[in-house]
Amino acid sequence: MSADGEAILEVRDLVKHYPLTRGILFKKQIGAVQAVDGVSFDLRRGETLGIVGESGCGKSTVAKLLVNLERPTSGQIRYRGEDITRLSGRALKAVRRNIQMVFQDPYTSLNPRMTVGDIIGEPYEIHPEVAPRGSRRQKVRELLDVVGLNPEYINRYPHQFSGGQRQRIGIARGLALRPEVIVADEPVSALDVSVQAQVVNLLERLQNEFDLSYVFIAHDLSVVRHISDRVAVMYLGRLAELGTDRQIYEHPTHPYTQALLSAVPVPDPGARERRERILLAGDVPSPADPPSGCRFRTRCWKAQEKCALVVPELEVPEWFKEGARPAAHPSACHFAEERAVVPPEEE
Amino acid sequence: MEHQRDQPVTLLDVRDLQVEFHTRDGVAKAVNGVNYCVDPGETLAVLGESGSGKSVTAQAIMGILDSPPGRITGGEVLFRGEDLLTMGAETRRRIRGAKMSMVFQDALSALNPVMSVGAQLAEMFEVHEGMTRKDSRAKAVQLMDRVRIPAAKDRVGDYPHQFSGGMRQRIMIAMALALEPDLVIADEPTTALDVTVQAQVMDLLAELQREYNMGLILITHDLGVVADVADKIAVMYAGRIVETAPVHDLYAAPAHPYTRGLLDSIPRLDQKGRQLYAIKGLPPDLTAIPPGCPFSPRCPRAQDICRTDRPPLFAVSHGRASACHFWKETLDER
Repeated sequence: MSADGEAILEVRDLVKHYPLTRGILFKKQIGAVQAVDGVSFDLRRGETLGIVGESGCGKSTVAKLLVNLERPTSGQIRYRGEDITRLSGRALKAVRRNIQMVFQDPYTSLNPRMTVGDIIGEPYEIHPEVAPRGSRRQKVRELLDVVGLNPEYINRYPHQFSGGQRQRIGIARGLALRPEVIVADEPVSALDVSVQAQVVNLLERLQNEFDLSYVFIAHDLSVVRHISDRVAVMYLGRLAELGTDRQIYEHPTHPYTQALLSAVPVPDPGARERRERILLAGDVPSPADPPSGCRFRTRCWKAQEKCALVVPELEVPEWFKEGARPAAHPSACHFAEERAVVPPEEE
Repeated sequence: MEHQRDQPVTLLDVRDLQVEFHTRDGVAKAVNGVNYCVDPGETLAVLGESGSGKSVTAQAIMGILDSPPGRITGGEVLFRGEDLLTMGAETRRRIRGAKMSMVFQDALSALNPVMSVGAQLAEMFEVHEGMTRKDSRAKAVQLMDRVRIPAAKDRVGDYPHQFSGGMRQRIMIAMALALEPDLVIADEPTTALDVTVQAQVMDLLAELQREYNMGLILITHDLGVVADVADKIAVMYAGRIVETAPVHDLYAAPAHPYTRGLLDSIPRLDQKGRQLYAIKGLPPDLTAIPPGCPFSPRCPRAQDICRTDRPPLFAVSHGRASACHFWKETLDER
């Protein structure tokens, strides 16, 4: 898991608004759900970029945009320097081959009426140049073996497998075309703890074996830390903070990241007394009518007038720039301040 | 564990509970002799993965088991010394709701979608306490205030879908606590919620528990939540309890290889660990639980005896037990 710095995906000012309309015959747009509103980041070759955030923050929309299942309202996604959001036809197909997706729910993302062999081999129907017809069964068997399933299971149906095994099938399908980038949207959230560890380990092994770059989207902050080299924290359609796993988890500077981390229950009863919880008031505002300025300000204990007027940019705060401190990483807060909230374990 | 006459009776004492489900593939033994007890003011966490029988046990205690196909085939559920399983339906109905209640995982499907939340809360007071409509409505607003729903007075006429997930879970809690029960069973109460909302809801639940001195059974798969709130833990696997312990002891040194495996398989927030430990294999099919210890096919410590002799719950220390032939060795590992 080395990140040599070269960006394989460059996301710039990505915006996705879903129009809200009124009327049936004469449709009139009365507003928009601002699911993603100006998100920029790089995915470097060989790294895992984790995206965390709560329901409705837009992380899954980002995933769909990255694999071109949705077209952005504006902004760019550059793959090897080329903007893929405006591609169509043959050029789009070629790009899609290299950016594949693994879905959250292993129960609904596999067609129950297709055999495992057909599910994993289906990408070859669309991209026949990857595997000539005669070699496909063999390739599928190899893929089953790679993800730790018995190749003899090739003729079985999804319902004959457990949740963890189904997720392995979904991963095998994602690998079929030998992509460079895999976007995984909550790939282990539906699994039990003991099975979750198996799948996380598999994803790590495959990354080394096939030199993959991952965008790993999840709401579980512990899993994200475990697997990610860098982490982006999202809130209401924007990035709040971006940094290495250590910068984000040990030196968070954005109040939302701090609140989020402090709320994660840690498996250590001794931490009950030692930890400090930041309880946020209220609920996340509606993305159809987000607050002006900083989107977190309605729930932030630091909010001042400036926060309502000026949108904070995601950049390294001026006051952290001196010296190579871990706090010196991009944070979209006018009053960014370092605060450790994760209690270290007592040995 | 016989009760002395002069000792106070345990709030809830589940003894050797057995539940079966009749399915097309045969009889699934979902619960195979579960024992646990809860005292007033105490929080018992029941930890387990899907299919471990943790929710079925709770349903059997509450008397809301789907039967058929489910059937209680043995055991006792003593509530203040009286067996709920043998008492009449009407007596039991009075206890349920007034003395013991339940918080479900999915508030949206547990609440009535075509009744305002105020009316649902008020109904409890009308049915159980014979209040008038007006008084019960006022009580409903008070309760919504108590679980910190903003502008409760204006929202009492709103329907469940008009609330956010966290707010709906608060309403579920309000409903469960409306009649100030002695025992609350919360089945994965925060699993569907985001972490920041989860923290709010768990805090509220703990605060109300202290206030009313309730016994709380918290059913969960989340080792983090357990560490945060529980006094003691019962770990379930394949329909039986494999380990019970006070919360600090269990996290410090588990006495069952399954518990140990679970603790080692969760990623950490405070450090970037190396490879996660993964318990190999899958939980057993409940229609064909292996002989001996049901965890033995997945256990790194399994010997011949584990495949033939079912381990009873060995007493490890005061308030601690483990269903492992090699509990001593497991305990010493750390």
